[in-house]
Amino acid sequence: MIRVTRKIEFSAAHYYHNPSFSAEENRRVFGKCNNPHGHGHNYVLEVTIAGEPDPATGMVLDLKELKALLQKEIIERMDHRFLNYEVPELTGQIPTCENIAAVIWKLLAPKINKGRLERVRLYESPELFVDCMGDGQ
Amino acid sequence: MKLTLTRRYWFAASHRLHSPRFSEEENWRTYGKCNNPYGHGHNYVLEVTVSGPVDAATGMIANLADLDPFVERHVLEAFDHTYLNEDVPAFRERVPTTENVCLEIYHRLKTFPNARLERVRVEETSLNSFEYFPEIQGS
Repeated sequence: MIRVTRKIEFSAAHYYHNPSFSAEENRRVFGKCNNPHGHGHNYVLEVTIAGEPDPATGMVLDLKELKALLQKEIIERMDHRFLNYEVPELTGQIPTCENIAAVIWKLLAPKINKGRLERVRLYESPELFVDCMGDGQ
Repeated sequence: MKLTLTRRYWFAASHRLHSPRFSEEENWRTYGKCNNPYGHGHNYVLEVTVSGPVDAATGMIANLADLDPFVERHVLEAFDHTYLNEDVPAFRERVPTTENVCLEIYHRLKTFPNARLERVRVEETSLNSFEYFPEIQGS
């Protein structure tokens, strides 16, 4: 089995706020991420597809198709957006790296038709990333 | 949904690879320039991976406001700007290879109360890295 990883970047704003917490609890739990004006990151997304290379093409999947899928599903949806307000899939959720990675998994998994989605890795900064493996290991 | 969160930290430390079980000549043959008696140093990069359910109220596996001070207190304060062989008691008994550094850090962090410690990975240089996964290797 071969794993193929494609990397993209997008820039977005967010803030962390739970309406069921008091203002004081929100500040305590989320710290400076609770600033209601939001703040931004350059997110780096790595999408890993696992599969066997097609003997005719030598490819697990066509990277042009994956690039187009990432453009349509992720970049157009999230790039230069305020994630709390402009990404319907995140409505009602706090747009942490964990929740964004899970949304990305759910958007991409059903649309990968060659190989299978193995891992979504989302970097919020070079020091922090989340791996989502769906229901697998 | 299986999710893990990884945070990167770094510390600067010196060490010397030398085993009292070997002769001087064997130490030199085994460890090469890392056996230099004066020691040498690295900027180590530490990656700590934790897993667990995403808390519905916070959207987080673990709050970095909890993880960062835990790693700071249990590892970085003890390792940063030290000579590992002398300043970290575990390495008076064990050679401070990065394999052993990984294991020691795992044992120091495994009591993190807010999520499950999944993996410890240490980069000794940009070319060498070591990982410890307890469920595969047995803790």
